Amino acid sequence: MLRFILTRVSLVIPTFIGITLLAFFLIRLVPGDPIETMAGERGIDAARHEQLKKDFGLDKPLIIQYGYYIERVLHGDLGKSIVTRESVLSEFQTLFPATVELAVCAILFALFLGIPAGILAAVRRNSIFDHGVMGISLTGYSMPIFWWGLILILVVSVQLGWTPVSGRIDVLYYIEPVTGFLLIDSFFSEDEGAFMSALGHLILPTIVLGTQPLATIARMTRSAMLEVLGEDYIRTAKAKGLSRFRVIGLHALRNALIPVVTVIGLQVGVLFTGAILTETIFSWPGIGKWLIEAIFRRDYPVLQGGLLLVGVIVMSVNLIVDLTYGLINPRIRHNR
Amino acid sequence: MALLEIENLSVEFPTQGGIMRAVDDVSLKLDVGEVLGVVGESGSGKSVTMLALMGLIPFPGRVKAKKLSFNGRDLLTMSDRERRKLTGKDVAMIFQEPTTSLNPCFTVGFQLTETLRLHEGMDRKAARRRAIELLEQVGIPSAESRLTAYPHQLSGGMNQRVMIAMAIACNPKLLIADEPTTALDVTIQAQILDLLMTLQKERNMALVMITHNMGVVAETAKRVMVMYAGQIMEERSAADLFASPQHPYTAALLAALPERSEGSRLATIPGVVPGLYDRPRGCLFSPRCAYATEHSRNVRPELRPWAGGHVRCHYPLGDPNRNANMNADHPLGTEAAS
Amino acid sequence: MTAETMEAPLVAAPTATPPHPLREFWGYFSANRGAVAGLFVIVGVVLVALLADVLAPHSPYLTDTKIALKPPFWQEGGSITYPLGTDAIGRDILSRLIYGSRLSLLIGVIVISISIVVGTVLGLVAGFARGVTEIFIMRLMDIVLTMPSLLLAIVVVAVLGPGLVNSMLAVALVILPHYVRLARAAVITETSKDYVTAARVSGAGNLRLMFKEVLPNCTAPLIVQASLGISTAILDAAALGFLGLGAQPPSPEWGTMLADAREFVLRAWWVVTFPGLAILITVLAFNLLGDGLRDALDPKLKR
Repeated sequence: MLRFILTRVSLVIPTFIGITLLAFFLIRLVPGDPIETMAGERGIDAARHEQLKKDFGLDKPLIIQYGYYIERVLHGDLGKSIVTRESVLSEFQTLFPATVELAVCAILFALFLGIPAGILAAVRRNSIFDHGVMGISLTGYSMPIFWWGLILILVVSVQLGWTPVSGRIDVLYYIEPVTGFLLIDSFFSEDEGAFMSALGHLILPTIVLGTQPLATIARMTRSAMLEVLGEDYIRTAKAKGLSRFRVIGLHALRNALIPVVTVIGLQVGVLFTGAILTETIFSWPGIGKWLIEAIFRRDYPVLQGGLLLVGVIVMSVNLIVDLTYGLINPRIRHNR
Repeated sequence: MALLEIENLSVEFPTQGGIMRAVDDVSLKLDVGEVLGVVGESGSGKSVTMLALMGLIPFPGRVKAKKLSFNGRDLLTMSDRERRKLTGKDVAMIFQEPTTSLNPCFTVGFQLTETLRLHEGMDRKAARRRAIELLEQVGIPSAESRLTAYPHQLSGGMNQRVMIAMAIACNPKLLIADEPTTALDVTIQAQILDLLMTLQKERNMALVMITHNMGVVAETAKRVMVMYAGQIMEERSAADLFASPQHPYTAALLAALPERSEGSRLATIPGVVPGLYDRPRGCLFSPRCAYATEHSRNVRPELRPWAGGHVRCHYPLGDPNRNANMNADHPLGTEAAS
Repeated sequence: MTAETMEAPLVAAPTATPPHPLREFWGYFSANRGAVAGLFVIVGVVLVALLADVLAPHSPYLTDTKIALKPPFWQEGGSITYPLGTDAIGRDILSRLIYGSRLSLLIGVIVISISIVVGTVLGLVAGFARGVTEIFIMRLMDIVLTMPSLLLAIVVVAVLGPGLVNSMLAVALVILPHYVRLARAAVITETSKDYVTAARVSGAGNLRLMFKEVLPNCTAPLIVQASLGISTAILDAAALGFLGLGAQPPSPEWGTMLADAREFVLRAWWVVTFPGLAILITVLAFNLLGDGLRDALDPKLKR
């Protein structure tokens, strides 16, 4: 088991280096001079230009510059935003909880609906329920979620007036960020209205962001379940006289969940992709919206730092899922 | 009273190309403590027959029978719930691939105690004690420590012992062993067979030994049923069958045994078991039979009482009028006329 | 000893013959009603795209502020001249959708072509070369896969500059790893098979092996992946358009149309609804087709 962990962790190192290279060089590819970009519209005189070039180490060869970059990154210095002059890392830290809150709600939504739907569809294969679940989930999988969000706002918020249109919480409430997760902070603020407001603001973004993972998880659970139900040990379980519920809910599910966990891990990337769109639609003050705004403001340090941080986070979550996979699969757990 | 009675059992699977009849009109009686060998090539329907008895035919498959009774109880009219109380308790089954037949996600101990707790209502402690006893009975060394092992940590032979322990956990009246040794090493095969026979004698348990290996049958069974393409071809006492096979198919199977081979070459049966697309109109074995005639190609023989058992052939090998009958029916083979 | 070693079958009287492989494929495919429906929709979209000049009642670019935000014909104030209504500057939505189908199909096909060609070549190289080359290519693909696809595409577009062509390149890069992995896996399974060894023994070079022996044997999974990939490409390109990074206005690209329409979501539902519906239906059709192809081509699922 220890060896398994060490191998997995060591595999992450080249990926990390790759992500830093990607973040470093992609931004270097931006046409135009970085100093002039930083100076913005006002322009800059030649002497100051040379000085800045030296200060930022831009006169050195690229490989040395990359070395400096890595050194700064390892010290937690991801540069400053050109627009706000704030450190990229601290901006990220303030906005990150909003994205996590949304993503966690979305994945829970997807799991609680997707796994039971997938199991039932597999057990009642070729029934109307199965066809229904598969049809709906393929539609969900094909859904342009930026449009889905607009339609939900149109119907649920505007026509029915059930939920707020955008934002995280009503402007009437101010909640001091403690954890950064508004749902938790407002819950402990003992202001019931604030909590309900935060909850209400979460509903539509959760559905929008959870749609694709829901579809993927339902489909994956169904196919994993179908495969497992054909295995010899399921026949053995039935031959023992176990109830249908126990055969499916315990013997089959335990095995079917192994591939499903991998798929859940892969959803982290999908969630970030979705978060960019969802946050834009619902004006949700998270990482996705921050990055999109950075592009339009040509705020390259933010883009570079954001790319790096998101990459590292996705990589770490994938690693954790990989290790969990080892934990729930006895064949890996026991040194194989 | 017979322990098990099956009359006119058929199992059909609908497929894209039509209905596949895996078991065709099988009837069978088995007494308490009797050992029956069921022999046939792959795809002869021997396993499916027993799966139908266990109620384990997967979804699109259809089971039809005039009678299916066990220990005086009618399995056809019984509710699923009632039937599950029987399966795993009074009728148990072990399978060909011990390693894939055990759930990879649960320990041996869990899978073993599960049966005990379900059927015998034991608590965790009692079930654990009994599980250790059972593992010792099936010859697993340091049984207690094996309880926490996962199937992939044990060898195939060990896993088959675990399967046997699971099957005999509730003292079944009937044990069905579906090719229990096929997937194992030759040396292990003999050990497992010995174990099964010892347990059968100790407990006076009826045993159905499904195999495609005539040698295994010779070592174990009192009575033998030979199946081909879903039908019973011959069914007689083991001693009679080995001494004087009545069906050409049985004779061919026996001739394929190395110890019975004449000369240096091993006899084979040409052709394969008919599939969905090439099921003959007449006798199902006729395309591969050395003694086939016009008549046997066109008319399917009935299973009839013969020589102390039953045989499904127009021209049983021990029939004194055999040559005359065959010649009258336009023989096709070369050996037949001589 | 067993009697299982049998020789070739003798004259067996066949009552039916197994169907021809292509017929069998069509049999499986046509049994899947969803896949057939997907195929019909795709054929329909292709026809609409080809006949856009004939079908579209108006020019997709013609603006007329006098008729801005006209609702669809069945609503009060709508007229049959503009069946699905008009947008904020009076352009006919139906005509824009019809012309937009050209863009979406073009995006899907071009992106997939780039990805398949580059991806297959990289995958074949990785599979045959092994060693450092393989590690380098596969690690690179892992990194691309690790990054959230849209984020990577956005950054690429941010670097190259917004626009239809650049967004297509970005999407092609993002979906590239799937094809590389597929091709490499195919090479590795195929090269371990006997016929490749046979070809190698008889003196076939690597290049010949790649294109004559291995490639034809991994076309089936590539076709399936291509069909599913077109839907991803259309979806991602539309997302970039929606974010203002893809096709630029006044291009009638469906995602770009949605971006324009966002601010009118409260006043004019039709401006928002129809372009998204067009994306959904097209993407769904390609996914249905892909699923159907996979089920029909995958022998594992045949019972």
